[in-house]
Amino acid sequence: MEQFLQQLVNGISLGSIYALIALGYTMVYGIINLINFAHGDIYMIGAYVGFALTTFFHMGFVPALLLSMLVCAILGIIVEKVAYKPVRNSTRIAALITAISVSLFLEYGTMYFVKAETRTFPNVLPDVSIKLFNGVIINIRDLYIIAITILLMVVLQYIIHRTKVGKAMRAVSLDREAAQLMGVSVDKTISYTFAIGSSLAGAAGVLVGVYYNSIDPLMGMMPGIKAFVAAVLGGIGIIPGAMIGGFFLGITETMVSAYGSSLYKDAVAFAILIIVLLIKPNGLLGKNVKEKV
Amino acid sequence: MKILNRKNILGFAAIIAFYVIVQLLINADVIDSYLQLNIVIIGINIILAVGLNLITGFTGQFSLGHAGFMCVGAYISAIVTAKLGQPFLVGIIASGLGAALVGLVIGIPTLRLKGDYLAIATLGFGEIIRILMLNIDYVGGASGFNDIPQYTNWTWLYFMVVISVLVISNFVKSYAGRACISIGEDEIASEAMGINTTFYKVLAFTIGAFFAGIAGALYANYFYFIKPDSFGFMKSIDILVTVVFGGMGSITGSVVGAALLSVISAFLQRYPELRMVIYSIVLFSIMVFLPRGLMGIKDIKLNFLKRGGSADGDSETR
Amino acid sequence: MVILKLDNLTKLFGGIVAVSNVNMEVEKKQIVGLIGPNGAGKTTLFNLLTGMYTPTSGTITYGTDDKIVLNNLRPYSVTSVGIARTFQNIRLFKDMTVYDNVRIGFHHNIKCGIIPLILRLPVFYREEENVGNKAMEILKLFNLEDKALELAKNLPYGDQRRLEIARALSTKPKLLLLDEPAAGMNPNETKDLMKLIRWIRDKFDLTIILIEHDMSLVMGICEKIFVLDYGTLIAEGTPEQVQNNPKVIEAYLGGEE
Repeated sequence: MEQFLQQLVNGISLGSIYALIALGYTMVYGIINLINFAHGDIYMIGAYVGFALTTFFHMGFVPALLLSMLVCAILGIIVEKVAYKPVRNSTRIAALITAISVSLFLEYGTMYFVKAETRTFPNVLPDVSIKLFNGVIINIRDLYIIAITILLMVVLQYIIHRTKVGKAMRAVSLDREAAQLMGVSVDKTISYTFAIGSSLAGAAGVLVGVYYNSIDPLMGMMPGIKAFVAAVLGGIGIIPGAMIGGFFLGITETMVSAYGSSLYKDAVAFAILIIVLLIKPNGLLGKNVKEKV
Repeated sequence: MKILNRKNILGFAAIIAFYVIVQLLINADVIDSYLQLNIVIIGINIILAVGLNLITGFTGQFSLGHAGFMCVGAYISAIVTAKLGQPFLVGIIASGLGAALVGLVIGIPTLRLKGDYLAIATLGFGEIIRILMLNIDYVGGASGFNDIPQYTNWTWLYFMVVISVLVISNFVKSYAGRACISIGEDEIASEAMGINTTFYKVLAFTIGAFFAGIAGALYANYFYFIKPDSFGFMKSIDILVTVVFGGMGSITGSVVGAALLSVISAFLQRYPELRMVIYSIVLFSIMVFLPRGLMGIKDIKLNFLKRGGSADGDSETR
Repeated sequence: MVILKLDNLTKLFGGIVAVSNVNMEVEKKQIVGLIGPNGAGKTTLFNLLTGMYTPTSGTITYGTDDKIVLNNLRPYSVTSVGIARTFQNIRLFKDMTVYDNVRIGFHHNIKCGIIPLILRLPVFYREEENVGNKAMEILKLFNLEDKALELAKNLPYGDQRRLEIARALSTKPKLLLLDEPAAGMNPNETKDLMKLIRWIRDKFDLTIILIEHDMSLVMGICEKIFVLDYGTLIAEGTPEQVQNNPKVIEAYLGGEE
């Protein structure tokens, strides 16, 4: 039981990271129907920006987090304008390969500048463990990750449901043309979506750096794909789905590592994805929409 | 009969002539081992691309797990030739059939999915295959499978490429190929025209997997050594890129695309630091400036109607 | 002789009733109209008949001698037993040639396996040549043979509608379902279409059911008309009977609340 609770805490922390990245995937997919493969690399850039700010500029955790979110938001807008806009009306596959090319560019471009080696993130958060009632240890970092994730999700929900930008985003994702006719600027809305999604990924990057202490230029690949899996699990395009999918995936992976074999944890993630897709093709929270004949 | 018509005889002669010339050049050392290495890579990539083109280009089923089938084939051939000491032909056939079987098993449930969902499910299967190989100690696990006999030579390579290109282009230029293309165009209309779409989707997937398995065998028995990470998600992407670059639904395009991209890739080896950065820019430029690929727009051949619609009805034009 | 019989056919989507307890009998060789206001369930009924949807309850029986229950057949099997259709929003294979569009329809009549196909055995050439000839015959009947090598998407609208009918005929149907064949046509084109429909009925010995909003066409060529409203069959009969049926007038013009 202790071990289970302990793993649950670890799982929720990992799931928070997945959820934050998955949100960006799901928002972008919802609005332009593109699997933004470069999203995992924006998360990596976020981690590096956080690393640079804390190591070279000796910033504290919170300013580093916010600044790195800002940098990622700008990067997200640039990526969309430079790379995705030209292929917006191309085939799905062309758009997808473009996204992959952006991903490779960010990965290996970063590698060119910072070299391939793993960097160690400085300790910006106190490494204090709190012992709970029955031997479960919660590190203060777990609390930070979980708290910040929840805070960001609340803010995101607020933006989407209570602001004009959020309304525009929802409108464009439902029907781009109709939204345009209603006076919504589609380009601007897409930019906002990329900015918000990317800033969440940036936050996830800094959190991961703080939590696991090590970062490298290819760190975005696997979590990127897995976060996409999380988004699909929850039902792609559905924001609460991405959160649930992220936590679900994080907890499952941690449990598989703890009770089964950590070697198989990635395989289990994909197996769950496939099973969910086959049983409920539109994800856990998705509605089944049959193609109109 | 028509099989022995002038065109076919000429084609056959050209195929043999090309084989003999290259073989002589290899014997005379004009084609050195570095060139040979690249020829093998090109050949393997052609087989992979033509197979995936059948699935994605013609039948319109978006697959991101093609390297998984190559992985299955490579390991089967490695086991058959290295562990069981069987001849290469047995290894090749076993690889093809093994990969086809895996393709069939994966295809039946997943091909109900469409578009991006199918892509992500095949990606998942490809990764699962790779992770399984990482965890099987019998085939070396993460450290890879060593000491595979080097059987792949120009002869094996060339005839495997010829067979796969011929089989797939024959398949495509037929009623079955038209059925596949119609599925890619409009699955609902295709089904309404009496086509068992599930059957053809699974068939195309299985044939593609079969040849990917053979490509894996050629790969394993050329490089002596294989490891699961050679068949990861990025390899699947590479194959897909080749297909799109060559032109979806064009066999010639896949062949030319595989050759060109392999050459570009070999050329980029000289700049190890910037190789992937340049590659990503090349990819991006292809997608923006040549979104339909090299052979994307092709003129319709007019000659086939003259005999009241013969069998060569070139359905390749899309 | 009855070729198609629907017994208490019902289709629910979630809680919504799209088709409710429909009973219909269609006589062989008739041209039958299926009319009703938008959203009455006409296309849903076609989708049920062609296996695109599975009925929630009730049965669909097809055939004059051997009666086949269509309820659980996949669409391609429905086509192979002799029912073909066109679509409301033309679904041609746009990037294929006109010729290939029609050749697709012969697919289920080809007797050549995959292995002889790959090995290019004589049987393959024979079958393909046969299909090619038949496809050209159909294209000639529709005056489309000159456009055989054009891509379907490049045809003018009227030709696309006719090609879709030609393609449906290539599956050798006994029952042809036309979903709004006159949509988007001007009165002259509609007149030609009426002639065409009558002519293919006689030429191919067909039973035809058509959904149409153009009343001149429906009243002009249909021998029997079924009227659907909110998924229920509210009237059936000859054009005159239907035209004078108060329920039909109410459905179309809206009754007093």
